[in-house]
Amino acid sequence: MLSTRNCDNAVSVSPILTVSDLIVEFPTRKGILRPVDRVGFEIDPGEILGIVGESGAGKSMCGSAIVGLIDRPGRIGGGEISLSGQRIDNLSNDRMRRIRGKKIGMVFQDPLRSLDPLKTVGDQIVETIRTHLPVSAAEARRRAVAALEEVGIPAAANRIDAWPHQFSGGMCQRVVIALALAAEPALIIADEPTTALDVSVQAQIMALLKRLCRGRGTAVMLITHDMGVIAETTDRVAVLYAGRLAEIGPTRDVLSNPSHPYTIGLMTSTPKPTGGIERLSQISGAMPSLRDIPKGCAFSPRCGRAFAPCYRNIPVLEPAARTEVACWLYDEEYAKDAANLEGTGHD
Amino acid sequence: MTDRPSLVRAEGLGLTFDVSKPWLNRLIERRPKQFLKAVEDVHIDIPRGKTFALVGESGSGKSTVGKMLVGLLKPTSGHVTINGEDLFAAGRALRRRIQMIFQSPYASLNPRWRVRNIIAEPVRAFNLISGNGIGRRVDELLEQVGLTSSDGGKYPHEFSGGQRQRIAIARALASNPDFIVCDEPTSALDVSVQSQVLNLMKDLQRDLGLTYLFISHDLSIVRYMADRIGVLYLGRLVEVAGRDTLFDDPRHPYTRMLIDAAPRIDGFGREAGQMTGEIPDPISKRTGCSFHPRCPVATDFCRAEEPDLRVIIAGEAEVACHMVLE
Repeated sequence: MLSTRNCDNAVSVSPILTVSDLIVEFPTRKGILRPVDRVGFEIDPGEILGIVGESGAGKSMCGSAIVGLIDRPGRIGGGEISLSGQRIDNLSNDRMRRIRGKKIGMVFQDPLRSLDPLKTVGDQIVETIRTHLPVSAAEARRRAVAALEEVGIPAAANRIDAWPHQFSGGMCQRVVIALALAAEPALIIADEPTTALDVSVQAQIMALLKRLCRGRGTAVMLITHDMGVIAETTDRVAVLYAGRLAEIGPTRDVLSNPSHPYTIGLMTSTPKPTGGIERLSQISGAMPSLRDIPKGCAFSPRCGRAFAPCYRNIPVLEPAARTEVACWLYDEEYAKDAANLEGTGHD
Repeated sequence: MTDRPSLVRAEGLGLTFDVSKPWLNRLIERRPKQFLKAVEDVHIDIPRGKTFALVGESGSGKSTVGKMLVGLLKPTSGHVTINGEDLFAAGRALRRRIQMIFQSPYASLNPRWRVRNIIAEPVRAFNLISGNGIGRRVDELLEQVGLTSSDGGKYPHEFSGGQRQRIAIARALASNPDFIVCDEPTSALDVSVQSQVLNLMKDLQRDLGLTYLFISHDLSIVRYMADRIGVLYLGRLVEVAGRDTLFDDPRHPYTRMLIDAAPRIDGFGREAGQMTGEIPDPISKRTGCSFHPRCPVATDFCRAEEPDLRVIIAGEAEVACHMVLE
């Protein structure tokens, strides 16, 4: 049943989501903070894009910007977001509300908090279906049962009238996914969907998400900090650091052959289940706060390979090896300087 | 096992909570008393200077065991001995030698206290040093965990998560403990910071000869930190084995599933092992092996008879499963 995805994209498929140069700003008394700074990516139908980064990297803010849920006084300060060719970053709240749920489904970290505790699970799904699709109550209920069955809830016809508190965490997250899929959206944004769940349940939920995405051609934006989940689930991955894209490319290339020093650091500091490591490498320091993002490359103070231009200018995303990297080491103009530095024994 | 005498030993450790309804309700509804067996018959031996890890899903009783080993919870059966002394009979002198590091460095540090006072607290509480010596000891501890003595004057909110966990470690070290229970010490931290804290804990163990009980749900971290690992399921140890034996040759079906379900950073496009079901409600009555409803190889015997932990490889692996042969 799994549809084989054409990874080469010889026939150009038009992407479902296009984000270009997205900037999210929060004006404060001490100046404008930018939790998301010129981030751009695309997601094709049936593709899972992973967004990975540490806390404060701007992952969730990206997701909130796409669904138009940035809290005041935050605002989109630049760039464009298009969904199936239609611009959605400048829509009114009212029109955006009709897109949320209908065209974009959302799955959040805590499944119990995503559900209304005062409504049965079935009522919540029926409500979502009837808000977005012109169907009768009976038809909506039939679809709700089908949706619950599809996400693997046993005895769905009986459990549709259960309350959220009667479900376990994993079952609740299935209900949330059923809810996100109810109106057959083109895009699902899953923000740390399994972080609150156990590994055994996590594996089930991830497999479910993957199957639904492949089967329906839904585009998925999977926000997570877990490199293992990224490796097993996503097709492409974008690495965020301090609100900026550090590296983006096919998952296998980014993870097994990373180019950006930050991605390299992330990969080597993650313990491997295969063992055999006596000492983890570590990245010194911590991610800067939004208030004092360093001049030039945001990673430069923690980077072991930083050289002059890194402290002056913000690097832009450029192709390197098989991924795209925002790092001066891979800039042709500076490549020679960098090579010389490496040659003198710096690391 | 090793020739070294074990520093920490728990025997037949069990904790049962009475979760019955109030007396009048029971009388009217004619309900019997209900009990929740959070931990049952757990044996743990940790040699001095080694790390024993407890893994399991939420609700398996990992933290409960940890709390009993530091004396925060009193077991309803079994006993804990530290260096031969019974933990619950002994006085404060023994308590000094046991410390704990908690999961959230945000909740475990008093926000109204300066870091200096947070770290000095155990020193004062146990009257270890007096007067000016305390300040010097705090500076020494701060440096030991990679902070500077000027950090002592700050408040916890001025630090990042990783630095706060360093403060929590410094506080744990302040009373010169032998044994530290680490309850998910890095699960609130980011990957790049996590490795800093894990490396620090390893360095301290080597330098100070510490003994750890390391509680985690993350198998990769456990493999990095532990010498010996116990897998808990519904309050019972289902497998105890040396680190490499457990990962390379897991024997209990639950351990296998757990290892298979864990995401791998090199598992591109891998369909993670599908474990059926979830950890059940611990109150519900069960017969036989507690894992049998989810077990792919369960037989009628498993459903009837509860397996005990049996030695499979002498000194290396013990498994509680009828289907595993010696």
